[in-house]
Amino acid sequence: MTDISDTLSQQIKDAHVNKQTLNIQGNGSKKFYGNPCKGRSLHTSAHTGIITYEPTELVITARAGTSLQDINQTLVDQNQILGFEPPDLGNSSLGGTIACNLSGPRRPYAGAARDFLLGCRIINGKGDIMHFGGEVMKNVAGYDVARLMAGAMGTLGVLLDVSLKVLPRPQGEITIHQQLTKQQALSTLTQLRSQPLPITAACFDNTGLYIRLSGNVTAINAAHKDIGGELIPDSEPFWRSIREHKHAFFNNNQPLWRLSLPPAADINLDGESMIDWGGAQRWLFSDREADHIRSNVTDAGGHATLYKNSTTDTEFFNPLDHNMLKVQQQLKKAFDPENILNPGKLYRAL
Amino acid sequence: MPEKINKTQLINKLSRILDTDSLLYKEEDLRPYECDGLSAYRQLPMLVALPKNIEEVQSIVKICHYHNTPVIARGAGTGLSGGALPLETGVLLSLARLNKILAIDQDNLLATVQPGVRNLAISEAVTELGLYYAPDPSSQIACTIGGNVAENSGGVHCLKYGLTVHNISQIKIITIDGELLTIGSHAMDAAGYDLLALFTGSEGMLGIIVEVTVKLLPQPETAQVILASFNDIEVAGRAVSDIIAAGIIPAGLEMMDNPAIRAAEDFVHAGYPTDAAAILLCELDGTIEEVEEQITCVRKVLNNSGVINIRTAENEAERQQFWKGRKAAFPAVGRIAPDYYCMDGTIPRKKLPWVLKSISELSEQYNLAVANVFHAGDGNLHPLILYDANKPGELERTEEFGGKILELCIKAGGSITGEHGIGMEKINQMCIQFSTTELEQFHAVKAAFDPLGLLNPGKAVPTLHRCAEFGAMHVHHGELSHPELERF
Repeated sequence: MTDISDTLSQQIKDAHVNKQTLNIQGNGSKKFYGNPCKGRSLHTSAHTGIITYEPTELVITARAGTSLQDINQTLVDQNQILGFEPPDLGNSSLGGTIACNLSGPRRPYAGAARDFLLGCRIINGKGDIMHFGGEVMKNVAGYDVARLMAGAMGTLGVLLDVSLKVLPRPQGEITIHQQLTKQQALSTLTQLRSQPLPITAACFDNTGLYIRLSGNVTAINAAHKDIGGELIPDSEPFWRSIREHKHAFFNNNQPLWRLSLPPAADINLDGESMIDWGGAQRWLFSDREADHIRSNVTDAGGHATLYKNSTTDTEFFNPLDHNMLKVQQQLKKAFDPENILNPGKLYRAL
Repeated sequence: MPEKINKTQLINKLSRILDTDSLLYKEEDLRPYECDGLSAYRQLPMLVALPKNIEEVQSIVKICHYHNTPVIARGAGTGLSGGALPLETGVLLSLARLNKILAIDQDNLLATVQPGVRNLAISEAVTELGLYYAPDPSSQIACTIGGNVAENSGGVHCLKYGLTVHNISQIKIITIDGELLTIGSHAMDAAGYDLLALFTGSEGMLGIIVEVTVKLLPQPETAQVILASFNDIEVAGRAVSDIIAAGIIPAGLEMMDNPAIRAAEDFVHAGYPTDAAAILLCELDGTIEEVEEQITCVRKVLNNSGVINIRTAENEAERQQFWKGRKAAFPAVGRIAPDYYCMDGTIPRKKLPWVLKSISELSEQYNLAVANVFHAGDGNLHPLILYDANKPGELERTEEFGGKILELCIKAGGSITGEHGIGMEKINQMCIQFSTTELEQFHAVKAAFDPLGLLNPGKAVPTLHRCAEFGAMHVHHGELSHPELERF
């Protein structure tokens, strides 16, 4: 439990005056995530500790350097969970998880990291400590700056404390498997999507479709009967392997693309692929040029992130069109006028 | 930069791009637009423009931008915080005629609609597909989706299904320089900053929303409601926490206090116990098996929490009957007093007893009665202050009382608005909830999108001067707020 807010604020104030760029460093579990960025290291991992946790309020507030493992353990002790099932990737901090807006297999059914974010304390690029949002479920006072921090990769502000909504841990969970081709899996997912079923994860890995059902035991058994398929015993390691990219599919050195798509999108790109998020998140190992992949994905209503093993200097995230980039540059300037916080990390021009 | 032009010149310019029936400027035509749902605040706009398509919106905004004229967007005008209050020197831009459902994407569970489509109309359009749009503000029969996005509207099902921000996928907006910008995507996220979150609840201050793609959900297989009565409101408050502690997230969890119960019962005969100090309505939805089990669980929890009576609706008609009282609570209170003022603050639930006690003390102090309606599940209070606008000074006293309630919410660790927005109404309390640097940050965000401050000026975020003046009137704990500022 250490609060280093004032130290961090002073470091940023100094950097602001000296126009010294800063490279925000948490636990270093996601160094691969985003464009490379230069600058003096600003270490946040010592800023740790759960500040408040009220199980009956469904809210936890912790300092950004707190490890996800600590948070998960604290929640599990009270039979609660983080609804967005974030990946740990070895040793993630809460701040890094929110800054990257990373969510696991439960995302399409429960929401993303940004959906659970209730409030945060941040330091902007001038070194000002500010608090946006709060610890209540509903709060529409002022612009939703807190949620804007999710996925901003630290470029708008350094996260100090984060308040998240939490969920009760489901009473039971089962996973069923159906041997299907990719096309059959996609059409099954589309059929299932419009039915009120207790699905909390759905993934296709070339051996077939895996569907996780969560809730009370009677309800999930009834849903299993409806959907059909073979029961997979002890499926937790399987979902962990999907969430943490430890599944055998990820043993590949080709460039790895994350395709974020409308879940029913029919898209065919050369390469090895896997489907998660019920169709909305697809992983693709492919040597094809970035423009080819990105234009196909954009045409299908999505965007493509060059997640790992890049062999070129292409942008990490899907490039923005001119007008959108201009707006985002203006927004960046509103928080970080000297452009010192993780410059270039999200986009080279930001 | 061209000079500001007068009303006649602006009418001339706009009438070149708009049909005659799309431009209102005579006083009798402007009158219906002088206020939104917060009718205590009134102002005639310079003129009203009613565009029929996105191109017309773009042209209007471009002309206003060029001539440095404020633009105030308006949906159905049901907002409760004066967010759509016109400016004497501004154009009121009504999006009501952009009211078409453009596409329903059944495979991806999305509906793309124009901003003037009513909230309920979306659910009605997809009900045959077994789908619906979850956020259900009480004005859903009239309020528009564009307004819902601008205010980040909630409703009674927020705890389980989230606010507007959780239930939209993409918006198209017109920037102050007239450019069309697509924000979000039809996927589950979009590249770059989360502008979708920033725009949701931004009260028309950053851009004009001209299209919204909402997420649709499968209708739950079944829904069931429990009506529980208590002879002590604090016990009812604790029962809410007990339900959450049992691992249940109800679809709706509403509380009403005795004055609200009596008013509602008298109005719609919902079958509420008029002698109860408080009632809880707990709705559970999901699969038949899930709901059955949850009903059993909630009944057990309530029985251990000091409830005096529990009823489970026996059929759909009774379920609707139970809800009817809650949904009619505001008009019902409207019947027992000449006027009522609806407040909207949020608090951590555990602070409910303290906040209610303090409200009741204030009620005595101001000699104004209060009925409390409460989205108990997510800590959103709606105290209704009863007053008579015809009695000299009573509205002013009511507003002051309301302001005190909002300050209580801040003290309790909550917020001055859960779902109605800041608008004009709560602009002074923003000075208490936020520090100078936070307000400056808001202004910087605004300036990133609207450097001239032409979009809905004067709303949502107070100027620092305003806070200084307000602070001079409200000295807390002997400390002047924003002491660093000069006083005017």
